[in-house]
Amino acid sequence: MAIRHKKPRAAALISGGLDSMLAAKIVLDQGIEVEGINFFTGFCVEGHTHAIRSKDRARAKRNNALWVAEQLGIKLHICDVVEEYKEVVLNPKHGYGANLNPCLDCKIFMVEKALASDAIESGGFDFVITGEVVGQRPKSQRADTMPVIAAESGARDQLLRPLTALNLPPTLPERKGWVDRNRLYGFHGRDRKPQMALAAQFGLEDYAQPAGGCCFLTNAKYARKLTDLWQARAKRDYELDDIMLLKVGRHIRPAQYYKLIIGREEGENNFLAGYRKCFTTLRTASHEGPLTLIDGDPKEADLHLAARIVARYSQGRDADQVQVDVCRPNGERQALLVAPLPPMELNPAWHVGAA
Amino acid sequence: MSATDTLDACGLLCPLPVIRVQDRIKHMASGDTLDVLATDPGTRYDIPAWCRVHGHRLLESTQTDERFRFRIRVS
Repeated sequence: MAIRHKKPRAAALISGGLDSMLAAKIVLDQGIEVEGINFFTGFCVEGHTHAIRSKDRARAKRNNALWVAEQLGIKLHICDVVEEYKEVVLNPKHGYGANLNPCLDCKIFMVEKALASDAIESGGFDFVITGEVVGQRPKSQRADTMPVIAAESGARDQLLRPLTALNLPPTLPERKGWVDRNRLYGFHGRDRKPQMALAAQFGLEDYAQPAGGCCFLTNAKYARKLTDLWQARAKRDYELDDIMLLKVGRHIRPAQYYKLIIGREEGENNFLAGYRKCFTTLRTASHEGPLTLIDGDPKEADLHLAARIVARYSQGRDADQVQVDVCRPNGERQALLVAPLPPMELNPAWHVGAA
Repeated sequence: MSATDTLDACGLLCPLPVIRVQDRIKHMASGDTLDVLATDPGTRYDIPAWCRVHGHRLLESTQTDERFRFRIRVS
């Protein structure tokens, strides 16, 4: 990390939430040049699902990280780390949290990336800022794990957590006098009131308050779907399309070697339609119904059951027969006439992600 | 002499269109123009916001059916 500028420069990890916004603001107000960094891992809750589902399409959309940067008047670099992040998800040195969330390894990865000169074209920061608070998160934001992040990311004393700094030893920017420790904070625990009070003090009234976290890996249902994917393929790996598709539709696995991804509404159907050239698709022709992708390698005989399941989720669910069109990725088509599967014959264990 | 480049971000969901714009503009010169085509409605906010944050000028922003077109002048 080659660093020396006339004015100290800091990289702020910006998630789009309140804590990272406040952390950057505290340092910015001390005259430090701050640039924001936001990482796209593929598991981000923000953006994608809102863009896919019809019910969310009318909702005002904004990228909260970009919005925060604009409010603070700082640059924001959004880094695509999908490939590199796989190692964090697949082999987390510090293990997982409640689900498949490798929070501690994730934070180490992001702080390390922020410090790396190749993350940002202009390169080189004197220190990194995060919105972490001691005691706020059970896995990564604990008094005993914070030094681990600082050490294993390589940031050491170049990692400043302005919201909770008074609970931690002074860091390099404090010792050098770039940042006044007396103007940092000693927040701790899960109580959000101090952050909200500070936001009010800064005149910040509009900020994102994510419910249920900002990462799908903390979601139990999503984690079960990802585990199912690995078990079915007998391999712990994924591509971006895999993890995107896990966010969409109803997943039903009648056999280990194939599963159905059934659109639940128009927006999801449209999204799934983008994959028609990669997957065999099923769609009811005689009745209104969802678009369905088949992920895996079903045998010819399996298509009949798959079509019956698809028919069960169509407007023809009570009809004697439903025509289901099967379309291969090469454009080859086949029409199947099937009786919709009665609900009692749909094995609950086939529902991927169900508890 | 300024150049014009085109980026097709159709089918990509946010923030990927913004990331593609960011990566393309990194290799363009001041005064160049980038035309962007996208389908994610989120780009209506994200691309103008990204331009404002980085000081690039959004010359044009239009929508035809489900497609969004942006013209950006690199600062």
